[in-house]
Amino acid sequence: MALANLKSVAIYILRGLTLLLAVSLLSFVLASVSPISPETRYRLSHPGVSDENVEKMREYWGLDEPPAARYLGWLGGILRGEWGTSTSYRQPVLDVIGVRFKASLALMMAAWVLSGVFGFSAGCFMAVFRDRWPDRIVRRVCLFMCSIPTFWIGLVFLAVFAAALGWFPFGLAAPPGVPPEAVTLGQRIHHLILPALTLSFLSFANLALHTREKLADVYAGDYVLFARARGEGEVRILFRHGIRNAMIPAVVMQFGAFAELFGGSVFAETIFSYPGLGAAAAAAGTGASDIPLFLGIVMFSSCFVFIGNLTANILTQAIDPRTREGAAA
Amino acid sequence: MGINIMMNYLFETKNLSVSFRMYGKGFSQHLLRAISNLNIGVRAGEILAVAGSSGSGKSLLAHTALGILPKNAVVEGGMAWRGAPLDAALQTRLRGREIALVPQSVAYLDPLIRVGRQISKDRQTVSRLFARYHLKPGTERLFPHELSGGMTRRVMICAALAGNPKLVIADEPTPGLTPHLAEHAMKHFREIADGGAGVILITHDIDLAVRHADRIAVLYAGTAVEAAKASDFADAALLRHPYSKALWAAMPQNGFAAAAGAQPYAGALPPGCLYAPRCPECGPACVAAPPQPRSVRGGEVSCCHAH
Repeated sequence: MALANLKSVAIYILRGLTLLLAVSLLSFVLASVSPISPETRYRLSHPGVSDENVEKMREYWGLDEPPAARYLGWLGGILRGEWGTSTSYRQPVLDVIGVRFKASLALMMAAWVLSGVFGFSAGCFMAVFRDRWPDRIVRRVCLFMCSIPTFWIGLVFLAVFAAALGWFPFGLAAPPGVPPEAVTLGQRIHHLILPALTLSFLSFANLALHTREKLADVYAGDYVLFARARGEGEVRILFRHGIRNAMIPAVVMQFGAFAELFGGSVFAETIFSYPGLGAAAAAAGTGASDIPLFLGIVMFSSCFVFIGNLTANILTQAIDPRTREGAAA
Repeated sequence: MGINIMMNYLFETKNLSVSFRMYGKGFSQHLLRAISNLNIGVRAGEILAVAGSSGSGKSLLAHTALGILPKNAVVEGGMAWRGAPLDAALQTRLRGREIALVPQSVAYLDPLIRVGRQISKDRQTVSRLFARYHLKPGTERLFPHELSGGMTRRVMICAALAGNPKLVIADEPTPGLTPHLAEHAMKHFREIADGGAGVILITHDIDLAVRHADRIAVLYAGTAVEAAKASDFADAALLRHPYSKALWAAMPQNGFAAAAGAQPYAGALPPGCLYAPRCPECGPACVAAPPQPRSVRGGEVSCCHAH
C-alpha cells in the first residue's frame, strides 16, 4: 500500500515537471511576442539613445539569436539557478523573489488559515442547522461574500477600518520610517490583518458553501441514517461521520486554492501597498516591464500552485481509502 | 384479534399513521400521508415479512419503529414494545441495542471507517460475529468499498447483531444478491429468529417471503390489508383480501395477471378503503369509511367483504 502511494506521488511529480516545462515554454513565447520588447523599453527609458548603443544592448541580451536558442539558454539558466537579473530592482531575480515571497507567505498563510478554519466551521454550522434560520442567514452572507471582488472589498476595508475608524494602518508591512530590525511582531501583525482579511474573503465563502453542501449530503445519506438507527447521538454523528467526510472536498479546495490565493495576493498587496510577491508581479508585468522578474515569478508561482495541488492529492489519499491505488487486500 | 394474542406481540403498531408536513407556496402547508392506520405485530422467534410494492410504506415503517424519521414527519396512533407504549424516550434507549436495523447496501456504512470499527468498539464481539458468519480474519481491517456483495450482506447482519437485539428489522436485504446468496441471507435471519428474536423482513419479493417467513403482512398504500400465515399464500382461496389475491395472481407462476389501476398517491388517498377504487367487490360501505381490521380464518384482514 505504501509502495503504491509512493508510485502515485512519483507520477504526480512527473506530471508536475511536464506542466512546469509547458508553463515555461508558453510564458517565454508570450514574453517574446509582447509588443513591448526589451529594445523598445530600452529606448523608452533612455530617450535619445544612439542606434549603435541599442545594437550593443541587443547583442548583450542575445536578441538576435534564434528564439529556440534563447529559450534553451533561459531554461538552462533556470535549471542552474541563474534566473537572471531584475531590470527594475537591479538584483538577481531569485533574491528578489526570496525576499518578497517571505512577506507574501505570511500574508497568504494568514489568509489561508483564516479562510480554512472559519470557512470550514461556518460550513459545518450551516449544515448542522440546515434549512433553518441560522443556515439561511449565514448562507446569504456567504453568497454575498462570494460575489464581492477582492479589490473592492479591500478598498471598503481601507475606507472603513483604516480611514474612518483608524483601527488599522493604510498599508505597507511595517510602520514607515522604522528600520526593519526594529519592527516588532505586533506591528507586523497589525499591518497584516486587513490585507489578510481581504485575501481570505472569497475563499472563506467558497469553502463554507461547499462544506455545507457536502455535509448536508452526508446528513441526508444512508450511513448517517444507519448511524442514527444504531443509536449514535447527533454530536457523535457530526464528529465521527460528518466532519471526516466533509474534510475531503474541503482539503481539495483549500490546497487547490493556492492559485486563487496567489492571484488574490496580487490585488490585495497592490491595494495595501504590501511589499510582497503579488505586488512585485503586478509591477513587473505592467509599468516596469521587468521581463526576467516576471518570468521568474511565473515559474515560481507555478511551482507554488503545483505544490498545493500535490499536497491536496496526497492528503485526499490519506483521508479517503477509496482513492488509494492498490489498497484492496 | 384476541387480547391474548396482542399481549404476545414483541412489537406492534396500533392504527399507526405517518404523514409528512410539506410546504407549498408561501406559508401553506399540507400533510402527505405515507402510512395510514397500520396494524401489524411481530412475536419473538418469528419472521414477519412485510411485503408490498414500491411506495407502500415498507421502509418508512422501519424508520418509524426506530424513531429515525426526518423532522417533518408527523406520527399518529401508537406502537408498543412488549405491550408497553413505544415512545421517543424508549426508542432512544432501544435503538441499536434491542431494536436493530439490517440495512440494504454498503452505502449504509461510512466509507472512511474500517468495517470492524463500524460493527462494534469491542474487538472480541467483532471477531466472534465475523467467525460465526464465516468472514475471514482481517475482514475487520477492510474499508466498506473493499467488500464483495456477499461479504457486505454478512457484515450488515453482524452490525445489527453486535448489540444482541430482540428485534431485527431487515430492510430489503436481498436485492442485488444472487439467488444463492439471497437464500444464505435468509438462512441467517431464520437463525436469528430461532435464537429468540423477532425479525421483520421488509421485502417486495413475495416469493422470498412465502419461502422464508412465518407470516406475511401485505402493505398497500401505507396500510396493512392482510396479515396471514406464509402458507396461505400457496393458494389464492386461502387469502382474504382482494389485493392479496390480486398480488397472488400477479406472481409469474400463478398467471402473471396484473390488476387494473395503480396504488393511490399519498397526497390523494380515497376516504374509505384505500383499495376501493381498484376493488372488484367494492360496495357503498367501502367508500364511506376505512375498514377496521378483523380476524378471519386465523389471519387479520382489513376488508368488509373478506370471509
